[in-house]
Amino acid sequence: MSNHDHNHGHDGHDGHGHEEHVEHGDLKSYAIGFILSVILTAIPFYLVMTKAFDKSSTTAAVILAFAFVQVIVHMIYFLHMNGKVEGGWSLSAMLFTVVLLVITMSGSIWVLYHLNHNMMPGMMEQTTDMRNMP
Amino acid sequence: MSNTHANHGAVSADSSRYFVREHHPENGTLLGFWIYLMSDCLIFACLFATYAVLGRNYAGGKSGAELFELPTVALNTAFLLLSSITYGFAMLSSYKNNVRGTLIWLAITGLFGAAFLTLELSEFAHLIAEGNGPQRSGFLTSFFALVGTHGLHVTFGIVWLLTLMFQVGRHGLTPDNRRRLMCLSMFWHFLDLIWIGVFTFVYLMGVLP
Repeated sequence: MSNHDHNHGHDGHDGHGHEEHVEHGDLKSYAIGFILSVILTAIPFYLVMTKAFDKSSTTAAVILAFAFVQVIVHMIYFLHMNGKVEGGWSLSAMLFTVVLLVITMSGSIWVLYHLNHNMMPGMMEQTTDMRNMP
Repeated sequence: MSNTHANHGAVSADSSRYFVREHHPENGTLLGFWIYLMSDCLIFACLFATYAVLGRNYAGGKSGAELFELPTVALNTAFLLLSSITYGFAMLSSYKNNVRGTLIWLAITGLFGAAFLTLELSEFAHLIAEGNGPQRSGFLTSFFALVGTHGLHVTFGIVWLLTLMFQVGRHGLTPDNRRRLMCLSMFWHFLDLIWIGVFTFVYLMGVLP
């Protein structure tokens, strides 16, 4: 039983050699991914720790852009994502997740930012003032 | 399984059909595991959204700029990134049927993971000891929830890694163990990916004035 499986595993591996080699990655892909990640991590830390930009919003935008690029680097070089893995199902599952993620994140931030804005103490005072007016 | 085994003789004439039937579950596991990771990603998305909403509600307590120590975070990031590449080396050794190499690289990965956890737990202990525990403010609640969940994932990743090291040491690089190594590989790299979001969004943006 186990012997049968074992043999099969090797057959499958060899038989699908071309296809699986792409998703496995090799030393080169890991090395490229690692070097790019180190660079893409070091720059944001450097920018924040040395306060390179005067405006916080500029720094925030730049480090978010670096994080975005690094996520893609990880996807390609460490997780070996491409359109061919599992016949494209992995990629479509991921894209669907990204859509849900964007809706969750942007929706929450947008709605609750406005909620905070509309519940400002100033607003409340204004309403009470209006009510107390003759 | 016994059914497949009994059919073996009859089906093996049509080798392509046999192949598809046997090969499918292996792919199924990896795709299924990927979908699990995507659902895990949504858990983290919710925690990130919570942090985005509550992250500046200090309730008169200390802010991220006062609490976070970026050098420690940088060291933690380095540990996790190094563990990612060493896991990659473990996978490369496993493709070469090198059991010893696989085990050594897995052990190094586990050590980096443990170093990451130790540093993170000492950071948590430090925060709680100074009265900046999760109950202090909305900011700290969401911080502990997000970073703690990631840490919990790393903890279970290490448990899984130790289990797999034992399995590989005992049974060698069988197809089952290879599949498990692939799944843990995805899990481990995924955790590193989430950490990119954590150090950027929580720590780096947290200390910005």
